[in-house]
Amino acid sequence: MTEKSKFQTVVREIMATSVTRVVLSILLGFFFGGIFMVLFNENVVATYSTLFTTPGDTFVAAFNTIVDGYGALLRGAIFNPEGRDLVAMFRPITETLRMAAPLVMAGLGLALGFRVGLFNIGGTGQIVMGLAGATWVATRMELPPVIHMIVAVIAAVVCAAAWGAFAGFLKARTGAHEVIVTIMMNYIALDFFTWMLRTKGLLLAATGGGTPKSDPPAATSMLPTLFGDMYKIHIGIFIAIAATFAYWLLMERSAIGYRFRMVGHNANAARAAGIKVESTFVWAMAVSAAFIGLAAANQALSNPGGITTSLNADIGFDAITVALLGGNSAKRIAAAGLLFGAFKAGSPAMQVVGVSPEILGVVQALIVLFIAAPPLIKAMLRLPEPAAEQKVVA
Amino acid sequence: MKLELRGITKRFGSLVANDSINLTVQPGEIVSLLGENGAGKSTLMNVLYGLYQADAGEILVDDKATHFKGPGDAMAAGIGMVHQHFMLIPVFTVAENVALGHEPTKFAGQIDLSEARTRVKEISDKFGFNVDPDALVRDLPVGVQQRVEIIKALSRNAKTLVLDEPTAVLTPQETDELMSIMKQLASSGTSIIFITHKLREVKEVADRIVVIRLGKVVGEAKPTATASELASMMVGREVDLTVERSKKAPGEVVLSVSNISVRDDRGQLAVDALSLDVRAGEVLAIAGVQGNGQTELAEAIVGLRKLEKGSGEIKFKGANIEHKSVRHRLDDFLSYVPEDRKKDGLISEFTLEENLMLNQSYDDDRGAEFVNRGLINAKVLEAETEKAIKAFDVRTQGSKSLAGQLSGGNQQKLVLAREMSRPHDVLLVSQPTRGVDVGSIEFIHDQIMQERDDQQTAVILISTELDEVLALADRIAVMYRGRIVGIVSADATRETLGKMMAGIAA
Repeated sequence: MTEKSKFQTVVREIMATSVTRVVLSILLGFFFGGIFMVLFNENVVATYSTLFTTPGDTFVAAFNTIVDGYGALLRGAIFNPEGRDLVAMFRPITETLRMAAPLVMAGLGLALGFRVGLFNIGGTGQIVMGLAGATWVATRMELPPVIHMIVAVIAAVVCAAAWGAFAGFLKARTGAHEVIVTIMMNYIALDFFTWMLRTKGLLLAATGGGTPKSDPPAATSMLPTLFGDMYKIHIGIFIAIAATFAYWLLMERSAIGYRFRMVGHNANAARAAGIKVESTFVWAMAVSAAFIGLAAANQALSNPGGITTSLNADIGFDAITVALLGGNSAKRIAAAGLLFGAFKAGSPAMQVVGVSPEILGVVQALIVLFIAAPPLIKAMLRLPEPAAEQKVVA
Repeated sequence: MKLELRGITKRFGSLVANDSINLTVQPGEIVSLLGENGAGKSTLMNVLYGLYQADAGEILVDDKATHFKGPGDAMAAGIGMVHQHFMLIPVFTVAENVALGHEPTKFAGQIDLSEARTRVKEISDKFGFNVDPDALVRDLPVGVQQRVEIIKALSRNAKTLVLDEPTAVLTPQETDELMSIMKQLASSGTSIIFITHKLREVKEVADRIVVIRLGKVVGEAKPTATASELASMMVGREVDLTVERSKKAPGEVVLSVSNISVRDDRGQLAVDALSLDVRAGEVLAIAGVQGNGQTELAEAIVGLRKLEKGSGEIKFKGANIEHKSVRHRLDDFLSYVPEDRKKDGLISEFTLEENLMLNQSYDDDRGAEFVNRGLINAKVLEAETEKAIKAFDVRTQGSKSLAGQLSGGNQQKLVLAREMSRPHDVLLVSQPTRGVDVGSIEFIHDQIMQERDDQQTAVILISTELDEVLALADRIAVMYRGRIVGIVSADATRETLGKMMAGIAA
């Protein structure tokens, strides 16, 4: 347990990928995504029969497909010049910000875990527990405005953190690997949440029957929107910005974050320096999950329709991608969250022009693959550290 | 066999590990390859043994150019290698180990060990090795295991023997025995290349000393050269190896350990009802061959390892501390330099600054104010690190560079700087100069003596290097199989200590 595992080394190296390589990976991801777009596009496929007689048709069709596809992505995620009015033109960017907020919050949480050497795969479970907490407060309690919202956010954070801390406790106490523990706890959390949503008196909507769905959150508990009814965007994006700053302060400037990093890099040295490594695991999991709890609050308190089981849980997995892309820097995590927020916001627009939205999933996966592959391959082939020998001699 | 290395150059990337090295070994000659860690000795020997291919230069055996594609070729040409870490299979007998790799077989593939057994007997008798071919290797003492390695090489008709740091794992007696074996082998015509950084051994056994520094041969010396001359050649500047120490009466008992037992990671009793006292202003050395419970003892004092239930106590100035946490012991009175600095002493991925506050990251810690209301005080941290770098002569690009980029000696100086600049009454240093260059050894020894003389610190020095123990200690406790065999004063002879290290009470 004290030895740094190969697994940890790989995660650490992925996190340490340079900005240049991340940017190149993103570009490559788009490039190969474009190829997929072309390969499966009906217009292009139609030209295959004449590929050898009039190859120009195929290339024109392929080029148009890519331009259309990514053009739609930009229109859907940043600015839509074809909008009916100014409000509609600017809607895409507000949607991107709205979608990015929970990804940033949860991404920060997972990245924090990674830096302590904890591969927290339990984002899903922690989000779900956060949703349960926030939704209960939002639908079952009556409090004055603002206070109601704050209590609901705190409930989400505390529930998620407790769930994460429990996984950390199991690791610290039994030595069980956190990947296994958190994955298993995801299922428990999901089923627990479903049960709550199905049970009268807990979360099941007062008018609800068979479907597991909660009441809409009380108006007093909702995160206020920024521009009234004009846009859906709400103060969640500011919470995300505040979370980014808090993450930076905690990990780069505070003594607690310093000890977190210490344990992540070298648990033996941390122990010899008097750090209680096991309890650090518990605390780090709690803080990691607390950020994820913020994402849960963001989701639970911004959806006027009420919460169902299927909704929102995938943020836990998307956030892993964000964390890997963002690596060790808060700013980069925020940027990665924005990128994936843009994917989410832009995907309906791509569908409109006939590009299947799964292409974006492919792009997303390719980006991660390009970033994760070099350390993975190195570990799998047991390539020696090229600098090791030289360092000693120097 | 005459062996000649001519213009051997080996590069790793942009780094030249061997820079056109010339080395000739005459039949029956003992040539000592002397150099600091990382000077390029091992690289050169790996080239000779066919493990690396040289980028330039050639190897001549009896004046004929040869090319070794791998260790097999080298062995066939009569070169044998005894590695620092033995390549023996513990559950096999001596004969089986010797036969391994070229097992003669009988009918239906049965291994014919009789020949190997005879070979072992022959060689053992010829040189007085006293090795039983049917003994299991794991039952043999380290020194005898090493002889098995030598027999292995000789049984394959090695004419040139390469010994890579062979004495690192031996007691002084075993070292002396190895020396006489080397002399015997040489007089029977075997050439020996003896790699080491221990000056005393070189002077005793070598016919010729070749000094390597930074991948180049910097000169040759005769065994009559003084230790300081050799050290200066290795380092490239004047080195004074004598340690100044004043006579003085030690103060009161500061730390007392009584009757403690500790288990190692495998659950074996590593420290067995051990007791010792350290006084203010004295250096108590704990000598002994590696692996006799020194590591576990240190970890028990620091609090990293639990005492056996019901066993003994540890007192600091009369107060029991065995139930205190590591952090409280470190903050209250203890400075600790672990034997494996890379694993336990520092974090390679952290900057020098971050490493300096490794055990002082709490608001209420004594010492420099690195942390204020939970936030790291960057200004104080930088200033203190600059101070430490200067005071301890840490050679670095700056306080913001990574600790992993420092050389072994400079890493050790960084750890010492951290531990010595914190408030403390007891300094526990484990193997302070292991893997450290000669130039830094001098400095580190001076610092430890200053602790003793100027700070009145109670110093516990755990070391397997007898020279170091003799140079620094006021009292020497010798540890063997988890117990203190005896405690002697600093004027004890090597012979006495050597016997005690083998478990024989003085």
